[in-house]
Amino acid sequence: MGLFSKRSVSDLGEKKKDMPEGLWVKCPSCGESLYESALAKNLRVCTQCGHHFTMSSGERIAALVDEGTFEEIDANLDSVNALGFKDYLAKVKAYQVKTGLKEAVVTGRARIDGTPVVLAIMDFRFLGASMGSVVGEKITRAIETATREKCSVIIFSASGGARMHEGILSLMQMAKTCGALARHGEAKLPYISVLTHPTTGGVTASFATVGDLILAEPKCMIGFAGPRVVKETTHSDLPPGFQTAEFMMEHGLVDMIIQRPVMRETLAKLLKYVQQEKKAA
Amino acid sequence: MKQVLEFEKPLVKAREELEELRRKQALKNTSKVTLAIADLEKKLAELQEETYANLSPWQRVQIARHIQRPYMLDYARLCFDEFVELHGDRHIGDDNAMPGGFATLNGQRVMLIGQQKGRDTKENLLRNFGSAHPEGYRKALRLMRMAEKFGLPVICMIDTPGAFPGIGAEERNIAEAIAFNLLEMMKIRTPMVSVVIGEGGSGGALGIGVTDRVIMLENAYYSVISPEGCAAILWKHRQHAPEAAQALKLSAPDLMELGIIDHIVPEPHGGAHHDHHAVAASLKSALVSALAELTPLGSEELLQKRYEKFRAYGKFTEGE
Repeated sequence: MGLFSKRSVSDLGEKKKDMPEGLWVKCPSCGESLYESALAKNLRVCTQCGHHFTMSSGERIAALVDEGTFEEIDANLDSVNALGFKDYLAKVKAYQVKTGLKEAVVTGRARIDGTPVVLAIMDFRFLGASMGSVVGEKITRAIETATREKCSVIIFSASGGARMHEGILSLMQMAKTCGALARHGEAKLPYISVLTHPTTGGVTASFATVGDLILAEPKCMIGFAGPRVVKETTHSDLPPGFQTAEFMMEHGLVDMIIQRPVMRETLAKLLKYVQQEKKAA
Repeated sequence: MKQVLEFEKPLVKAREELEELRRKQALKNTSKVTLAIADLEKKLAELQEETYANLSPWQRVQIARHIQRPYMLDYARLCFDEFVELHGDRHIGDDNAMPGGFATLNGQRVMLIGQQKGRDTKENLLRNFGSAHPEGYRKALRLMRMAEKFGLPVICMIDTPGAFPGIGAEERNIAEAIAFNLLEMMKIRTPMVSVVIGEGGSGGALGIGVTDRVIMLENAYYSVISPEGCAAILWKHRQHAPEAAQALKLSAPDLMELGIIDHIVPEPHGGAHHDHHAVAASLKSALVSALAELTPLGSEELLQKRYEKFRAYGKFTEGE
């Protein structure tokens, strides 16, 4: 049994309970001191200014799916050091201990307001949710599962990009995930991509930007190249709000910007438009 | 100006000394000079062997970036009977970093697409150092789809430090332009071959690289990140690029071992820039045989194999 196989949603939320009670968190946007438990209860959205804090994959699943419906798949994939990159596996191990996760994405079947979906949730706390072989494989299998079971796939992206410790193998995950999406799309099945803070590099340049529907959380950073690289390459000042969800919206690159508290109902509404009507059995 | 790479400097020095001796010999031939020449020729041959037989990944990266290295349009001229360039993505503009058009390879009609660098400032302004904008990737896809429509195989030549990281590129969704190509190339019903001729820089390279066969020139590199970029992040300084190049396993022999590429095209001693015609002849025959293998396959089989090829990439273990 793997770390997460078939654990229920309430189990996934368990980590929160380990946090010391009464911890205060300062909002990086408005500076307000927030009570940790109140912040957690408010889906990690600042109660004062609406700033969206980073959310763990477990918290996200709990906030999205019909209670008790999440069933994790492919929980037992482990990274290997294919290139012999110095200290790579020690690093992976350290993040496993730190986050309680096995890798940077959690995938599984669930229902959202009754509609069956396959979910993939990237967790930025795990090595910047960089995409190596395991992340690419799990996302590919999630898409393939959705194709087989004729349902929608929803991917919540957050990533620093391809994981350089796995070199070219990480790069190839971009083609692999997009290949699975090509087949899912040919079967006329819906893919909803949700961009969260931050989504960059090889993840932006693969599955994250080819959704039938693309949603983004407010103010999240979305880009191909890092802002520092863009600034250094072009020797020019970056326009205000460059590479934010709002910038993407202004340039016509996302369908909607959705506040976290209404993410679930928005997905439920959209799914009802795109999910194919089930033929009578 | 001929660009001399750092590790080739001892060779250049030895060659100059040899020329000097030969000039002396032409003026006045003595047995001493003849002996010295024979000695130096032997030493030079040994030095060449030593330098070129065991090129480090970082040395290969330098060769891959050599400004006298043949570029896409050089191969268009040297490997093909004809190249008819077509322009534009039909929306925003034409990207000169990504030329493409009809070409004839050994009598066979094909679509040729690739990244093109410049050799001087003026050319690089035009070609943007081989870094394409979204328009380039969208033009490439337009041409691939046209090739599918008219039954032409597609040949993509990869030579880019990366897709362009600029403000306009982000505004026009460079990430999506690449991602969409990755997705759509999986569905193009015509044989497709790509060849990394110089730099295979990350997503910008892969954006025209989802093909049935992936070929690489001996000294080209293909990597998820530039050695300098990797060094800056993991070693905290760009000067560790040689170690990063080693660690990334970005050279053709390493990638062959990892199963990422299908064939290595040999280069002349010291790199393709030493003999454009020789490397073009080798590349041409590699392209001709790749197309000969792919052309008999039906489009269903082609797509299935292309899917399986990219589906298989990745190394991990799976527990119970």
